Amino acid sequence: MSMQAHAESPAHHFDHPEPTTFLRKYVFSVDHKVIGKQYLGIGVFMAVAGGLMAYLIRWQLAWPETPVPGFGWVPEPYMYEGAIPPEFYNSMVTMHGTIMVFFAAMPILLGAFGNFLLPIMVGAPDMAFPRLNMMSVWTLGVASLVLIASFFMPGGAAAHGWTGYAPLSAKAAYTGVDWGGTLWILALALEFASFLMGGVNFLVTAINMRAPGMSLMRLPLLVWMQLTAAVLFMLSVGPLVAAAIMLLLDRTLGTGFFLPERGGDPLLWQHLFWFFGHPEVYVILLPGFGIVMEILPVFARKPIFGYRSIVWSTIAAGALSFIVWAHHMFVSGIDARLATPFSITTILISVPFAIIMFAMIATLWGGSIVLTTPMLFALGVIATFLIGGVTGIFLGSAAVDIYLHDTYFVLAHFHYTLFPSVILAGLGGLYFWWPKMTGRMLNETLGKIHFWLTFIAFNCVFLPLFLVGVGGHHRRIYDPYQYDFLKPFQPVHEFATMAAIVLILSQLLLLVNVVMSLMSGEKAPANPWGANTLEWQTDSPPPHGNFKTVPTVYRDPYDYSVPGAALDFLPQTHP
Amino acid sequence: MLSWFPENISTYGAQLDSLFALIYYITGVWFVAAQALLLYFIIRFRRRPGVRASYVRGENAGELAWVMVPVVVVLALDLFIDYRSHPAWALVKEEFPADAIAYGGTAKQFNWAFTHPGVDGKLGSEDDVTLDNELHVPAGKDVQVSINSIDVIHSFFIPTVRVKQDVLPGRTTRVWFNATKPGRYEIPCAELCGFGHYTMRGFLVVHSPEEYEKWTAEQKPTPAA
Amino acid sequence: MTTEHSMTAPRELGKLPFGRAGIWWFLASEIMTFGGLLGAYTLQRISHGGWHAEMQHLNAYIAALNTLFLVTSSLTIVLAHQATERGDRVRARNMLWVTVALGIVFLCNKGVEYSIEFDHGYFPWTSTFWSFYFTMTGLHALHVAGGVVWNTCLAIAASRAIWPKVSHRVEYAGLYWHFVDVVWIFLFPLLYLS
Ligand code: HEA
Ligand code: HEA
Ligand code: CUA
Ligand SMILES: [Cu+2]
Repeated sequence: MSMQAHAESPAHHFDHPEPTTFLRKYVFSVDHKVIGKQYLGIGVFMAVAGGLMAYLIRWQLAWPETPVPGFGWVPEPYMYEGAIPPEFYNSMVTMHGTIMVFFAAMPILLGAFGNFLLPIMVGAPDMAFPRLNMMSVWTLGVASLVLIASFFMPGGAAAHGWTGYAPLSAKAAYTGVDWGGTLWILALALEFASFLMGGVNFLVTAINMRAPGMSLMRLPLLVWMQLTAAVLFMLSVGPLVAAAIMLLLDRTLGTGFFLPERGGDPLLWQHLFWFFGHPEVYVILLPGFGIVMEILPVFARKPIFGYRSIVWSTIAAGALSFIVWAHHMFVSGIDARLATPFSITTILISVPFAIIMFAMIATLWGGSIVLTTPMLFALGVIATFLIGGVTGIFLGSAAVDIYLHDTYFVLAHFHYTLFPSVILAGLGGLYFWWPKMTGRMLNETLGKIHFWLTFIAFNCVFLPLFLVGVGGHHRRIYDPYQYDFLKPFQPVHEFATMAAIVLILSQLLLLVNVVMSLMSGEKAPANPWGANTLEWQTDSPPPHGNFKTVPTVYRDPYDYSVPGAALDFLPQTHP
Repeated sequence: MLSWFPENISTYGAQLDSLFALIYYITGVWFVAAQALLLYFIIRFRRRPGVRASYVRGENAGELAWVMVPVVVVLALDLFIDYRSHPAWALVKEEFPADAIAYGGTAKQFNWAFTHPGVDGKLGSEDDVTLDNELHVPAGKDVQVSINSIDVIHSFFIPTVRVKQDVLPGRTTRVWFNATKPGRYEIPCAELCGFGHYTMRGFLVVHSPEEYEKWTAEQKPTPAA
Repeated sequence: MTTEHSMTAPRELGKLPFGRAGIWWFLASEIMTFGGLLGAYTLQRISHGGWHAEMQHLNAYIAALNTLFLVTSSLTIVLAHQATERGDRVRARNMLWVTVALGIVFLCNKGVEYSIEFDHGYFPWTSTFWSFYFTMTGLHALHVAGGVVWNTCLAIAASRAIWPKVSHRVEYAGLYWHFVDVVWIFLFPLLYLS
């Protein structure tokens, strides 16, 4: 037993001294704050890559086969004097989806915000397993390199869609992409390994390393969201790992899992992919919502409405997400009698989300709202996710999905859910915690302009796409001019593309803001927003080990405007 | 939004469209209400000097009712949508009319081949007619198409008929419909199937019954090889 | 340095033991992976009418013997863990070596089984049944091999000075080894007997 005690002693795990060399400090760092920033670097880099691919996609849709401005330098056979051939278009769509979901959304939301904030928010000096943490970010780095390398393989990058449906993905001959498809699988497998390693850190840190007084019901909601996301990911990814192994063997060894001519079943892949896929979308959504829930109380100067209801709804939605996967497969050829049960569970998931959304809106009631940049982004998330959420109900009805499946309606639906939770919430979080991460303030005016441009341009891109979706416009179409019934929609495409260009260009404002802040930004005080949670009760940026002394927690995370208190906020460390 | 639907030419299309409209109005009301409330709160509760926010935690039953009562209504509406959805789904995908005219189809990268029953009206007989990318049916008759694929997954989609069905290698999937209006309608392939996916276009040609008979008689039989 | 010490001072901690939580997390995701494979296999098998003919070509005797080896090795690693707890380093080391040996015997046996199957012309690409068979048993064998390596490291460590620092890992190695055993307990009847 004595040995046991030794093994479980926390001191054993994070008594690493402050590193001094450059390599140890910034490259092979085990400090969760540095690792968080490394994740942010990878995530933003990949988001920009994914954004540029979106530009190529949009250009092709609006003005098919014309040279894309700025891309004349890309050599054949990728592009022809700047014009996109069909194979490359499919690669772009596939890589855009894969990169955005797995290499931008997860690194930014879980990797960056989770790593940077979770230990500080619970009052811990670091993650429970710092070295594992370093390994996870490096695994992600390697995964990203593998994915990028796949572009340079003969045949180019994977072109079977981000969902990798077999048999298209199971035999190189079907897409003409050989190594690109195999590296796609490998990159995903490495990405999964990375986030599995990250997840256990989240769990053990949040459960074990809380500061004295930090009971579970005093955890900031972001921590709850990160935890739920990590557990959802861990429980859902296994079957996809199994499927990835099978797909890899089908491609390389010629096994017969998914290819009917070898006795396999193409639908098997879809079941395994979506069993993971639907929980995965909540893995992305929840941390995004978590960020919103940290920002709202601070700038409404009010406690979040219904903390416990939100926690329980989140867990309920997470549990439900495991029994809805076939809503992606209503018309895939599964037994028709399965559709209605899955349709019911899918539509019922609106109940926990209604609680969460209404609670967020109710938080504003009676508040004292300041529209800072982070607050604008947080409110933008609510406004846009409402559209994404309710359009999910149309798709959840099996009967309506017969027509809408694989149309631009689906496309618009998921951009209206993903964009708010990844980009809007991510940007909101960046504006909110940037002072904490770097010790410098960002420019508010530039930030607000950035918000309005992003918000308006985003809606201009994707609202019209619902309409063409209702018109029957199907997805992953290289050239809409091929169809008579799509020709009238071409002005919509052109409008959406122009808006997308504005959307992408307006991100330059962030770049300007960040550079200005780093070079000459105002020094950030410890608690610039008057916020309660623990990360604001230490220096900006926090020292090695996060706190000079172990903080003691006395109260809930959102005690704003408590009657009788001198200030309108009472930090969690306030007795 | 509703006006963006293409013309409906099938017997069940109207039911599906009205289901879409139902969800549109239900969620539309909630959406507008939620957005309006959001906007109202943002404006009404802007920071004003000397006014402190009210300390409402939403933890007791009285306060929570503001959220939970609407949520119960949401739940009821959810169940109502489910209740209305199922019959429409069953009509299109579960209950195949027994005496429908049978057609066959094969999808491959990147075109369709449809087998018509010919003059005798029976599939699998000498006078079957197989055509590339064209499916000819009589108006006002139930037809059933059994399709398979010889390579990857494709999807048989006729926007004007409001029907879609993935087509798989290694098994046969069926669709049925009853097209009411003569004309020529596009059949896009709705599942990514390779670089030529965007070119995989077929046509549904709906003839009036008399015309259909005439057309069938004119065709040269192409018995299965 | 002083801040370090104040940070690692006793604090209110949750109930999860660090290392054990880590290994359980890992095992849970592994369970989902093998669960996915086994589930896929079972469903495919039902829809393919049972694959009874293919199954006849598997050697249930070798597999039964292998089951015996693995179950025994699960026992020996428990004994190794017990010995570690009691501080009996020599016995712990011996039991670990026995576990390693049993693992190697399992792998050799599996190799023999594979070579018989190859001789008869059954390969992973022969049919879906064989794809499943080789993938599942192959993935399992990789896990066995990983366990053998891990246990070997521990057995070597048991005769070195670093032992007090790593001896708690016998427990984790044991958990992992039991998991590998349990996977086999599922594979054996599903592949060979039903
Ligand atoms: C963050 C990502 C995210 C999120 C949160 C969601 C949320 C939901 N999604 Fe979405 N979805 C995707 C990402 C996401 N989705 C992606 C990427 C795809 C496509 C993948 C591909 O094919 O490439 C997809 C596809 C997809 C389909 C398949 C469509 C098809 O291919 O045919 C379906 C079908 O049911 C669906 C449903 C839903 C539902 C019911 C929700 C629910 O969770 C929404 C719940 C929320 C609300 C309902 C709003 C709040 C409630 C109220 C305001 C109360 C009023 C509401 C009512 C009265 C109902 N989604
Ligand atoms: C998180 C997910 C995500 C995001 C953000 C986006 C963003 C965009 N997407 Fe994408 N998209 C997908 C996920 C996403 N997409 C998926 C899964 C598919 C399906 C793929 C498939 O069918 O296989 C898809 C498919 C898809 C298509 C369909 C192609 C087809 O079917 O033929 C189109 C077409 O218009 C498109 C357009 C766009 C545009 C214009 C943006 C714009 O919003 C892009 C704007 C650019 C940026 C936002 C980058 C700038 C980023 C930063 C400056 C960093 C920010 C920093 C922080 C957040 C901290 N996307
Ligand atoms: Cu066939 Cu797309
Ligand atoms: Cu889903």
